[in-house]
Amino acid sequence: MAWEYVAEGVAGALTLVVNGNRELFDIALRSVKVSGIAAMLAAMIGIPIGVALGLSGFRGKALIKSMFNAMLGIPTVVMGLILYLFLAPAGPLGFLGLIYTEMGISFGQMLLILPIVVSFTASSIESVEEELKDLMLTLGANRVQAMLKTVEEAFSGIVLSVIAAFNRAIAELGIALMVGGNIFVRGGELNTRVLTTSIQMYVARGEIEFAIALGTVLLAIVFAVTALSNYLQRRWVSE
Amino acid sequence: MIALNEISKTYGDVSALKRVNLEIHSGEIFAIIGNSGAGKTTLLKIISMLETDFSGKYMFKGLEARKNPEKVRKQVTMVFQNPVMFRASVFDNVAYGLRIRGVNGRELRERVESILESLGILSLADKNARKLSGGQRQRVAVARALVMDVDVYALDEPTANLDAENVRIIERAISDMRDDGKTIILATHNLFQAKRLADRTAYIENGEVIEVGETDRLFESPEDERTRRFVEGDHYF
Repeated sequence: MAWEYVAEGVAGALTLVVNGNRELFDIALRSVKVSGIAAMLAAMIGIPIGVALGLSGFRGKALIKSMFNAMLGIPTVVMGLILYLFLAPAGPLGFLGLIYTEMGISFGQMLLILPIVVSFTASSIESVEEELKDLMLTLGANRVQAMLKTVEEAFSGIVLSVIAAFNRAIAELGIALMVGGNIFVRGGELNTRVLTTSIQMYVARGEIEFAIALGTVLLAIVFAVTALSNYLQRRWVSE
Repeated sequence: MIALNEISKTYGDVSALKRVNLEIHSGEIFAIIGNSGAGKTTLLKIISMLETDFSGKYMFKGLEARKNPEKVRKQVTMVFQNPVMFRASVFDNVAYGLRIRGVNGRELRERVESILESLGILSLADKNARKLSGGQRQRVAVARALVMDVDVYALDEPTANLDAENVRIIERAISDMRDDGKTIILATHNLFQAKRLADRTAYIENGEVIEVGETDRLFESPEDERTRRFVEGDHYF
């Protein structure tokens, strides 16, 4: 009996996926869009910070790196709560109008994954062999040219950091729920329902088939991105 | 051309070089021999101005090197014992130094291909440099230095762990460099190589230059007992 419950749920979910349920794919596309923007913003801000941290040797660098490393494990629900307090209409950043918007979720997820991009980028830069840095100098590179070449050598690690950040963003729930509000109006333009928030909602409603279908799509996206990351890693390592 | 005066270098509590005094003349092959850890690599890094934190005075062509590190680096190229490669093809590895000097187009291609051909690796031009064998990578490393056409080359154990064929090719390249009027500083623990190639040789032990002289004289009648023991092979036992 217990297994029948699961089997029925999975069968129903597969039907929804195979039939290309409109709502299901709308939600999946929104998730990819929102987390893709978050990963892009995190890359634009985090890569320069990570490169600067990786290349420099100033006093206090270890402390800043430790701060970013510590932020890697921040619970998304706490992050969501803090962001809600700041972005709510009565909050200090309420005037930005980001609460209950797609951009609000992207902004929140960007803050969540920024430490991933910064830490991994800095580590990639630091892992470029010292002898390669000496090589650049002995071949006549000035400091700027040597820095650019170091970033080029660390490029694969930097790209992988952005991919890992995207995976973290698309799979989180706390921020999407508290900042986005899981709003859905059929045909509406202000929807903020994404995969994780809808899974949570459909489970609470007892509509297990739809929740499983959404979970399957989420897993498929995460696995596809991870497979891409593994492929790139293998290709770059073999280079 | 190169004058080192009372050069010392420490890493923490470890003294890597102790009051080194050396003069290296233009157009000669100058060998630095000594055991592993004697200070040969540190000395080459200082001469190449890859190591700028040292005490003493280093004059390069009348310039104080410490005040002009980039000028020195533009005229001295070092080849490392471990031939590290950029994540790129053989051609792009060899072309890197020329590109950052603004050489492009046909001139770049001709210069790179000519060097690759002289070292017998033109057929590897499009290959991934990181996938080559140790000997091939060392030849690429030598090509990458040679193509720069600088005045001084600092070679750190350029044939360590290579087979006889690769040793022969690289030694021939070193001789050709001297014939072209280049100055070569060759750190090696291979005494036969120093004897075959060097005009003058310095023996270094525990960061200290023990003896300097014409290569034949230093090997045949060393003045210092420590040099005699080293060149006679006693250090192996």
